[in-house]
Amino acid sequence: MEANIIIPDPAQVREELIQKYPAKVAKKRAKSIVINDPEIIPEVQANVRTVPGIITQRGCSYAGCKGVVLGPTRDIVNIVHGPIGCSFYAWLTRRNQTKPETLMDENYIPYCFSTDMQEENIVFGGEKKLKIAIQEAYDLFHPKSIAIFSTCPVGLIGDDVHAAAREMKEKFGDCNVFGFSCEGYRGVSQSAGHHIANNGVFKHMVGRDNTPSEGKFKLNLLGEYNIGGDAFEIERIFEKVGITLVASFSGNSTVRAIENSHTADLNVILCHRSINYMGDMMETKYGIPWMKVNFVGAESTAKSLRKIGEYFGDEELKARIEAVIAEEAPKVKAVIEEILPRTKGKTAMLFVGGSRAHHYQDLFAELGMTTVAAGYEFAHRDDYEGREVLPKIKVDADSKNIEELKVVADPELYNPRKTEAELEALKEKGLEINGYEGMMKQMTKKSLIVDDLSHYESEKLIEIYKPDIFCAGIKEKYVVQKMGIPLKQLHSYDYGGPYTGFEGAVNFYKDIDRMVNNPVWKLIKAPWETAGNGKGGELAASYVTQ
Amino acid sequence: MLLRHTSKEVKVREGLTINPAKTCQPIGAMYAALGIHGCLPHSHGSQGCCSYHRSTLTRHYKEPVMAATSSFTEGASVFGGQANLLAAIDTIFAVYDPDIIAVHSTCLSETIGDDLQQITKKAKDDGKIPEGKYVIYASTPSFIGSHVTGYSNMVAGMATQFAESTGVKKSQYNIIAGWMEPSDMREIKRLAKVMGINIVLFPDTSDVLDAPQTGKHVFYPKGGTTVEELKSSGDSIASLALGSISAEPAAIALEKKCKVPFETLDIPIGLTATDRFIMGISKVAGVTVPDEITADRGRLVDVMCDMEQYLHGKRVALFGDPDQILPLTEFLLDLGMKPVHIVSGTPGQKFEKQMRQLLDERSPETNFKSGLQADMFLLHQWMKNDPVDLLIGNTYGKYMARDEDIPFIRFGFPILDRIGHSYFPNVGYGGSLRLLEKILNVIMDRQDRDALEEKFELVM
Repeated sequence: MEANIIIPDPAQVREELIQKYPAKVAKKRAKSIVINDPEIIPEVQANVRTVPGIITQRGCSYAGCKGVVLGPTRDIVNIVHGPIGCSFYAWLTRRNQTKPETLMDENYIPYCFSTDMQEENIVFGGEKKLKIAIQEAYDLFHPKSIAIFSTCPVGLIGDDVHAAAREMKEKFGDCNVFGFSCEGYRGVSQSAGHHIANNGVFKHMVGRDNTPSEGKFKLNLLGEYNIGGDAFEIERIFEKVGITLVASFSGNSTVRAIENSHTADLNVILCHRSINYMGDMMETKYGIPWMKVNFVGAESTAKSLRKIGEYFGDEELKARIEAVIAEEAPKVKAVIEEILPRTKGKTAMLFVGGSRAHHYQDLFAELGMTTVAAGYEFAHRDDYEGREVLPKIKVDADSKNIEELKVVADPELYNPRKTEAELEALKEKGLEINGYEGMMKQMTKKSLIVDDLSHYESEKLIEIYKPDIFCAGIKEKYVVQKMGIPLKQLHSYDYGGPYTGFEGAVNFYKDIDRMVNNPVWKLIKAPWETAGNGKGGELAASYVTQ
Repeated sequence: MLLRHTSKEVKVREGLTINPAKTCQPIGAMYAALGIHGCLPHSHGSQGCCSYHRSTLTRHYKEPVMAATSSFTEGASVFGGQANLLAAIDTIFAVYDPDIIAVHSTCLSETIGDDLQQITKKAKDDGKIPEGKYVIYASTPSFIGSHVTGYSNMVAGMATQFAESTGVKKSQYNIIAGWMEPSDMREIKRLAKVMGINIVLFPDTSDVLDAPQTGKHVFYPKGGTTVEELKSSGDSIASLALGSISAEPAAIALEKKCKVPFETLDIPIGLTATDRFIMGISKVAGVTVPDEITADRGRLVDVMCDMEQYLHGKRVALFGDPDQILPLTEFLLDLGMKPVHIVSGTPGQKFEKQMRQLLDERSPETNFKSGLQADMFLLHQWMKNDPVDLLIGNTYGKYMARDEDIPFIRFGFPILDRIGHSYFPNVGYGGSLRLLEKILNVIMDRQDRDALEEKFELVM
């Protein structure tokens, strides 16, 4: 997809990016700034500590656990154990849409629950207050589940949230109470919180409801959080082709669905970074294979559907998938044909998340735009280089602190959905089971990869490359736009979306067209600034009093 | 109903806060520090704190909000964050070159006992702070007070760490801004100019969080109180602190350090609070009030007279921060409206006393609660029991307003879904007139919407 775009020499760019740093910082940052070669993938330093004082995009473990993974399930009462802020900031800010079946069904997403720890709770311990809070939540709402999230001070003062949860669960009998040790200081980014969340959901939720799920082609959607309604669009397509969605982890999901998720026959993973642990653990315990898919981009959606069809190996399903693709494609084609002349040849940069910086490149490619530089905020090497690099990843002190669950096959429920021979046959058909090839194989040679991009580096990159659009999050949004470059938020979608599936692709094309071609970008300079350096040179005469 | 689980029956809670009407200290400290020119706020804690605060402030202002973090990991949490802060100071001066780093603590660093005074002193002793540059700090534990407390602590830190007394008084007055918007700070400066007095306003986020689009990102925008101004505040004739919770502690600190006498006034929201502000300036500076201001006042009172029929007896629920909702409540009473339910998550006896006093005198039947469990859940329950015609509060109020189908005015922090607060003030007679216009608009729009066809009015 290399149009006539002049790409700056990436080696020189890297030098410029690190030039201003103190020597030690420069040395460290250099390892996270890599020139891509899709043939021989270079190593990217990722998932390491951010240098203090660097202005980073990253957040904390709590954000990854409560905010990302657990937040979207509508019928859990999520109590944040800590001072008020952590709960406040994660209150409705991630746009996880949810649609209960009836207007009376449980939905706690618009609520914010906190123990609002005070100084005396820090000094004398907060467990008592936590248990009172759990009791009050139970008395007020009688929810199916209550989850407890630990914030920084909780781990330091030694409150045992897990013991409190066990005690209250036993006391209630009809409410599943469980805790997460997701203190903000754990790990180096949100990523640690994803892992902690995966462990907790797997331990405390998955497998509690053995009711056989109905449907012929049953799968779970992993790593899809229904931001802007993304899951709704995928649900629409699944329904059309006849695929049964048992559970989504965790956009538009319910406790019951997650508890029953082990009855599905396939896990498809969207956001590899935040949920791959779940895929692996469910495989080991229940024998459900997982497959990496991508529903961002019309072509990617079609490809992912075909992969699912291939996995189930049912001719009727495959035919329905083809019929749906054939039905949806013309609408998409009509829009892209109209827009393409205006977007073709433009450039994009994506620095966001742990999978979005990869997936959204497909949409830009459909728009005829080239991704000249990309990187993740909190991903690991496997998200860049592909999962084959996993054995080579060095486990450092920060990762060691995150529990690795020891999972074994369930003596009763383990049921390999595919035999070894079947899996082998699928592989031969090009179907990658339990695999992910990462971002870099898809990117052009000499494109720039930067992990955990700092503010300073982002300004430099924009100065050097002058991209037509920059993709990141809210903290970067107005900085970049002040530079006269539109920024597309890929966490919140600038309050638009959905961007998945066929309808999502159309939404995205239109949004990007609107953004890169908006007349406002040409109106930034005042006429007296553009005309003859403010000297008003265009005026033929002046009217002044003598 | 989005808040379908909120029942009418009010039960006393002791452990659980639901839908808080406050957030934590550090974000207030970050906001205040942005009001110093050339300053980079620094969050001494986990990355998440800094990220959340920057995100919330960015959503509120739709402007760049720059701040750095000590990026604590588990090691730092066990062994102390000194090494992280010292490393951060090195990195920040090398890469972002601010004039000042304003460090605030977090619940994490406070729990492990990091002493910011000691660490910043060590940074100085070790030569990490370049000549002519500064590192100031404020202790802002999240488990005490609220975001307002954090603002107040950082502003007091500006006074204690910058103000100097040369022994020669300058012909100027300090105005210490309680938590208000950049638009309000701009208006305060305009009013002082019209009154003919020289002021040092601190902090001052105008021209920082309402910066123009120029095609260039200016990392340290042109606004903000300068170091020179902050230093000179110790030589000012007197200080006016606007807000007894968010501004007075700085005035006290300044009096203690540099013997600058002070008076505390409310943030001038509404007619009578603005009257006191104008009279306050007139009194401390011995200046007469210019006709221009009297005319401004007259215009506000004129609208109050002309439109009183739409306001009288209208029942209002409101939530927000002490220094803002106290004068707002007074304004509502001056408009003939009935503040029926009031909550503020910010704890404190001083505010409790002030609000009680106002209500006892003018509206003794009002439900009022502040501090722990004074949250939006409680407010909503009160509203269900005793309905209102109007809700005033930050953006989170829109869920209650939608469920109860009542008009809603965004006021306070944060406002995440509308613009205006950064550009159009709520303070002064002009600002109050704008607030009044907003109140009238939503009430009259509702009357239009609900009117039967035969009762639909052209002229109102």
